[in-house]
Amino acid sequence: MSELLEVKDLSVSFDTPQGEAQAVRDVSFSLKSGEVLAVVGESGCGKSVLCKTVMKLLPPSAKIKSGSILVNGTDIIGYQERDMCKLRGKLFSMVFQDPMASLNPSIPVGKQVAEAVKIHQKGLSKKEIYKRAEELMRLTGIACPEEHMKWYPHQFSGGMRQRTVMAIALAGNPKIVFADEPTTALDVAVQAQILDMFKKLQKKLGMAVVFVTHDLGVAARIADRIAVMYAGKIVETGTAEEIFYDARHPYTLGLLRSLPMYAEPKGELYTIPGMPPSPLSLPKGDAFACRNEYALKIDYEEEPPMFCISDTHYAATWLLDKRAPKLPAPYR
Amino acid sequence: MKDEILLDVQKLSHKFFPARKMEVKAVDEVSFQIRRGEIFGLVGESGSGKSTIAHCIMNIYQPSGGKIIFYTGNCQERRGFFNKKDMAVQEANSIDVCDPKEFRRHRRMLLAKRQIIFQDSSSSLNPRKKIREIIAEPMKIQHIAPVRGSLCAEAEYWLNQAGLDGSVLEQYPSELSGGQRQRVAIARALAMKPELLVADEPIASLDVSVQAQIMNLFLQLQKEHGFSFLFIAHDLLAVKFLCDRVGVLWRGKLVETAPSKELFENPCHPYTKTLAASIPVPHFRLRQEGDVW
Repeated sequence: MSELLEVKDLSVSFDTPQGEAQAVRDVSFSLKSGEVLAVVGESGCGKSVLCKTVMKLLPPSAKIKSGSILVNGTDIIGYQERDMCKLRGKLFSMVFQDPMASLNPSIPVGKQVAEAVKIHQKGLSKKEIYKRAEELMRLTGIACPEEHMKWYPHQFSGGMRQRTVMAIALAGNPKIVFADEPTTALDVAVQAQILDMFKKLQKKLGMAVVFVTHDLGVAARIADRIAVMYAGKIVETGTAEEIFYDARHPYTLGLLRSLPMYAEPKGELYTIPGMPPSPLSLPKGDAFACRNEYALKIDYEEEPPMFCISDTHYAATWLLDKRAPKLPAPYR
Repeated sequence: MKDEILLDVQKLSHKFFPARKMEVKAVDEVSFQIRRGEIFGLVGESGSGKSTIAHCIMNIYQPSGGKIIFYTGNCQERRGFFNKKDMAVQEANSIDVCDPKEFRRHRRMLLAKRQIIFQDSSSSLNPRKKIREIIAEPMKIQHIAPVRGSLCAEAEYWLNQAGLDGSVLEQYPSELSGGQRQRVAIARALAMKPELLVADEPIASLDVSVQAQIMNLFLQLQKEHGFSFLFIAHDLLAVKFLCDRVGVLWRGKLVETAPSKELFENPCHPYTKTLAASIPVPHFRLRQEGDVW
């Protein structure tokens, strides 16, 4: 089987005092080994929850309502914490947004990397463990690691912290790395370095990466395939070229049009009207319908299925249906 | 109108002393001018001193060297801000805000005429106050008579200006989304009718589509009210879109100042070049004219 990870019809909801919040709704995607998938969407659209569901790192208030998560063909949806522990780190690991929150401020970084090595590779001597930790830190681009290993996280810059977290994530030679907005807290120049490091490591180690981001520019720089999420659903998925050169879903088009790069300076930026719906009370039909200039009547009645555009390119909008009126698409 | 200088920053320096016998020059002899009705952008990576400059301009930090001269507008408008005793002072039309004595003398006017918007709107709005109170508070402090009848009406007017409706008046900041909170902060700043608006990374923590909304709002409000605007960001594309002139900061020094069009077409300093090269730009194409879905 070439599919490393396959998620089918996954739905996750949270119990809140206000009622049930549907964070992820009927999401299906697959990941081949050695592939970079970027998950793009606004905050609150369920991108992080999706990653945490696969890793089973959700809080107790979350409930997986339906779906299956196939890893190398085995369904892990029913796995208990004990079984998951064996998979985490070895099969998949995760890099979070804020590296300062994932590192222990009172332990030198070298020791923290060594701890991860110790857990994943049993039977190594202390010397070998530290040697491996040093190797990992060098791999992620930390200059003279033998010196920097003794440093504490607060002495590191944001970029170096993120590299350290990456080294920890790589300690168990994972097949999949989930990166949850790893560059959001960094400024542009460092962000570019970290993205290059990700790309280089991903090629070198042949691992698959699920890269969660809200920045289409970041996605363009790193991803092979892109999935656009809106209100808990994947609304469009395709290769990077297909998303950037042939976007079909009005939401994806809206996101692209609202980027300032090709806008006339001092002109007006395109904005998507309205606000995303609350996951507590999703509207009937297509969740994007009320913000969609091209909404059809059926959008308010029934949710659109995924329409196939090419083998790799799918979009969930009724506009692609055969019976839909032929509306002119926005162009520039 | 456009060539009249509002703010003249001359050789501004600021040092921090994080530990004993340790000195960090956060801002090192930075000079620039902001003209009336202009949008000036400051870009640079984190730690380059962008925010320190903003804080110095707003008198939050006392700079360790240099001058920041604020040129005040016509006297008629300023009359309300002075006591009768200070008639002589009224005539002076340039104020060095770094001079504590001079600052104290003009404090009320300066606090009203310069406003700041911070990056993190959740920590810059008082969580225990309703939106109505948050917007009305500076007007109360400055004893500004509400032009529209009551402070509440005034608050509603400015909220509308910032693109929110009156329904949020009785809500607390925690009930609003990030974009809405940033709009409240903008409404609060504009309610004072500032001559200078400083925005310290106002869109960095917002979503892409909300960023576009807020940038449109800034442009529209600036056109309408004609204030000068110091826009601080690390997002070069936003700066390119918004600003008339841009200054590039690098390790506390201003390495390049140019009209934004020139800067992006022809960056001179090597640091500006690397900065321009590191923006992740998606090349994309929207559908062709005449395409259907």
